[in-house]
Amino acid sequence: MDKKRPVNLDLGTIRLPITSYVSILHRVSGVILFFSVAIFLWLLEGSLSSEQGFEEVKALFANPLCQFIIWGSLAALAYHAVMGVRHLIMDLGFGEDSFETGRATAWVAVVVAAVIIVLITGWVFLW
Amino acid sequence: MVTTVTSLGRSGLSDWLIARVSAYVMSAYLIFIVGYLMLTPELNYADWAALNSSLPMRMFSLLTILSIAAHAWIGMWCVLTDYVTVRLIGPKATALRIIFQLGMIAITLLYVIWAIDILWGI
Repeated sequence: MDKKRPVNLDLGTIRLPITSYVSILHRVSGVILFFSVAIFLWLLEGSLSSEQGFEEVKALFANPLCQFIIWGSLAALAYHAVMGVRHLIMDLGFGEDSFETGRATAWVAVVVAAVIIVLITGWVFLW
Repeated sequence: MVTTVTSLGRSGLSDWLIARVSAYVMSAYLIFIVGYLMLTPELNYADWAALNSSLPMRMFSLLTILSIAAHAWIGMWCVLTDYVTVRLIGPKATALRIIFQLGMIAITLLYVIWAIDILWGI
């Protein structure tokens, strides 16, 4: 491969479509989730360790800092899962006919993810 | 290429397929857990421990953590080989990326071992 190929990918100079932002956030949420796995495993371990551990994990949901960390992990999971399902649907041959369709499904996925994140917010902070 | 040797399936098509299969497994687990928690609003320790220590659930959970490991490996590989590159951050990028990738692989394997320890320690 010619290493001296000219490259012009200064993303700051390019106006990106919604599909690009959706894709970049899919990557960001994926990297967050890589670390969130530790949080989920820690919660699972605590909840299964004993009756007392189970109650301690439940009590974490009342602590503001824990609430925020759990909320962030669940929001990243919800976003990543919804965008992942969009990919799976496209793999089946739906919604990949044109850029316009791609743009529309990206917006639909953003709205679906937003609704789920609102529900998660209510569950973590209010319930 | 130095990027290919650290990919999970050693081929783009293989990685693509593994990412999809693992996505279906994780989706099924997520739907099951969310459904279970919604249908069991007053969840207690006895029921939760009984569910997770049953053989089918242990197999499902093990399959899910293996899917998480494979999916994370592929995804983190994509991100690292796209952004930790000589073009973007200079000549030390290759060494840095290998360190990140080995660290990522180590964490992934630790997650799997930890999960097995949790599931079979109930």
